[in-house]
Amino acid sequence: MTPVSETVTSAPPQAAPKPTPAPKRSKRKQWIKRNLPPILLISPSLILVGVFVYWLIFSSVGTSLTNNHTMPQVMGAEEVEFVGLENYANLLRDPDFLHSLRNLGLYTLVFLVGTMFFGFLWAWILEKRARFEGFFRSVLLFPMAVSSVAAGVVWRWLLSPTEGKNSSGLNRIFESLGLTGLENSWAQDSKWGILAVTIPAVWQLSGYVMALFLAGFRGIPNELREAARVDGANEWQLYRHVLFPQLSPVALSAVIIIGHMSLKVFDLIMAIAGKDAYQTMVPAIDVYNFISGRQDYANAAAVGVIMLLAVLVLIVPYLVHTAREDKR
Amino acid sequence: MRRTRYVAAVGAAALLLAATAACGAKDDGNKAEVFTWWTTGSEALGLEALQGVLKDKHPDIAFINGGTAGGGGSAKDVLASRLAANDPPDSFQAHAGAEMLDYINSGKVQDLSNLYEEFGLTTAFPADLLDLVTKDGKKYSIPSNVHRANVMWASIPVLTEVGIDFNQITYATISDFIADLEKIKAANPDITPLTVAGTWTQVHLLETVLIAELGPEMYNGIWDGSTDPAGPEVGAALGVFETLMSYTNTDSEGEEWDFATQKLIDGKGAFNIMGDWVPAQFVEQNQIMGTDWTWAPAPGTAGVFDFLADSFTLPVDAPHPDGAKAWLDVIASVEGQAAFNKVKGSIPARTDVNLSDFSEYQQQAAAAYAQDTIVGSLQHGAAASIAQGDAINKAVAKFRSGNSNLSEFHAEFAKAVTG
Repeated sequence: MTPVSETVTSAPPQAAPKPTPAPKRSKRKQWIKRNLPPILLISPSLILVGVFVYWLIFSSVGTSLTNNHTMPQVMGAEEVEFVGLENYANLLRDPDFLHSLRNLGLYTLVFLVGTMFFGFLWAWILEKRARFEGFFRSVLLFPMAVSSVAAGVVWRWLLSPTEGKNSSGLNRIFESLGLTGLENSWAQDSKWGILAVTIPAVWQLSGYVMALFLAGFRGIPNELREAARVDGANEWQLYRHVLFPQLSPVALSAVIIIGHMSLKVFDLIMAIAGKDAYQTMVPAIDVYNFISGRQDYANAAAVGVIMLLAVLVLIVPYLVHTAREDKR
Repeated sequence: MRRTRYVAAVGAAALLLAATAACGAKDDGNKAEVFTWWTTGSEALGLEALQGVLKDKHPDIAFINGGTAGGGGSAKDVLASRLAANDPPDSFQAHAGAEMLDYINSGKVQDLSNLYEEFGLTTAFPADLLDLVTKDGKKYSIPSNVHRANVMWASIPVLTEVGIDFNQITYATISDFIADLEKIKAANPDITPLTVAGTWTQVHLLETVLIAELGPEMYNGIWDGSTDPAGPEVGAALGVFETLMSYTNTDSEGEEWDFATQKLIDGKGAFNIMGDWVPAQFVEQNQIMGTDWTWAPAPGTAGVFDFLADSFTLPVDAPHPDGAKAWLDVIASVEGQAAFNKVKGSIPARTDVNLSDFSEYQQQAAAAYAQDTIVGSLQHGAAASIAQGDAINKAVAKFRSGNSNLSEFHAEFAKAVTG
């Protein structure tokens, strides 16, 4: 790198901008001078994001509109034809895929409600000046630092479906406490198995939502509370009319962040139930199963696009909302 | 300004560096890059034995191990993406049979008929086996080893405990087998009568049930179209499968096959139906055949050899064709097949290998291979295509989860077969 620095150092110094109104050419020069560095600096990320995000989304949409379902087609030995929305139509008529969507909906709903509930509860308790706040904050936030796969492996064991004498994990605890009625097959329950997976998910991200809410609480000036008290508001009224409205942007961010994570859930389910388990099937695992072995690129892309649309449904209103707020 | 230039220069230098790195050096030595999913245990040792033979026969060829772990999915996906990018290894592992069709139809593997002539292989392999690597009269791969899928493994201590004679477990029908499963369940409810692992091992069990209930001819008919998969016979066989599944452990989902074997070793399970890669696990844990474990053909399948075979190919545009040829010579040779199979625990695909120093189980399996009726495996790509196998796995997972009843399962099975 030394030679490069040498050249830079020996370059003639640029003329300083003149205080008088400059002729057109030097104005352009000035514009370049002001804007070229930021454009240059931002262009690598723009190009990378453009190619590796937007172009790939575009190309996935393209693939999802073809009949590229087999290995010979992927390898270019057989024709790939445009089939329009046929893959989407077939997927949305397939009871197994609808079952994946239903699982995803259930999972997202319970995951959202669970993290919001526990996140808010913990933040509220800590806000009430619980002792050792720093300690509890770290402890509650810590599960987020554990990778989903590592957590999943542990939870896989905790959620072991074996009941009775040979049980392990949570069922073992129930067994030894004599609470045999609470033993169940967890993630292998044929109808509600997916909800068992929300337990580790809520465990993992409630702390994060707590941190968001805690920041929200801290951002409310004390004067507001004092003013409300002076006006004779009781505790409930204080929360209902002063604190909750102040927290709503935080709550909205939390819903968006948790919601879009939830729609993409993959690692936790792979670690707990595996790629084949029907009762915990979600679209992200469908994508994996379409690609793996079968090389069915078209259907995998179609499911991917459906997932993207689901996330957009959640995020676009949020972006519109924040854009409006910013303008105000 | 000075900083801007500096940043730009650094950026340009970085791009240049990335460009040169991407170009990668191309060399043309005498090499053979071989892609397998034999990365652990007895399989990896077998591959090492093959390298030894390569060194003896072709000392000028350097072996490059292109191995990727994960036989079921990930390894084949890595291979597929390499083939799609026209970056093939010099030779890769493929199951003989319907699974090969994908590679053949993709135009990614070369016709090896000339090599068969050159190496004198035309009579070295059984005809049933050669059929599985042949399409339109052209042979596309060289088989290296044969595994038997329809084997039942049993824990002798567990059987003794529940009062079953371990010398009497060659069941003529599955109903006889179910009677004993019931006996185990009654004697000790903490023992799993029949152990299974993840979905594919359950499909493996299903295939032995189909062979037992339908007989080899009708079983083969499912794949060549002469047996109606939606017919009542197949439906009845699936019913038997349902009964068998009620004797299995529930903590199986997402586990690999060794999980089910381990239950036998730990004294928690009595029987397990799995291919004959199982003995490697027994041997690894110092379990002795005849004292700790024993085997029999899967119930109702005595006299049938449900097989799968690994084979090696020559990809189109292999970067080192000479290395590839040397490797295939090793695979095809008597020395190579003996060295490899002895360690891996399978039996040689060639019929003229001296088996006197092979294990007791291998000798018994080889004897069965020579005289039994041979059928191709469903789960392991000999009889069913990847798409059929995938769809059957999906149907079994759904059935196992309790989200389809027997008649829905039957309909989904039939649809999986006909596509």
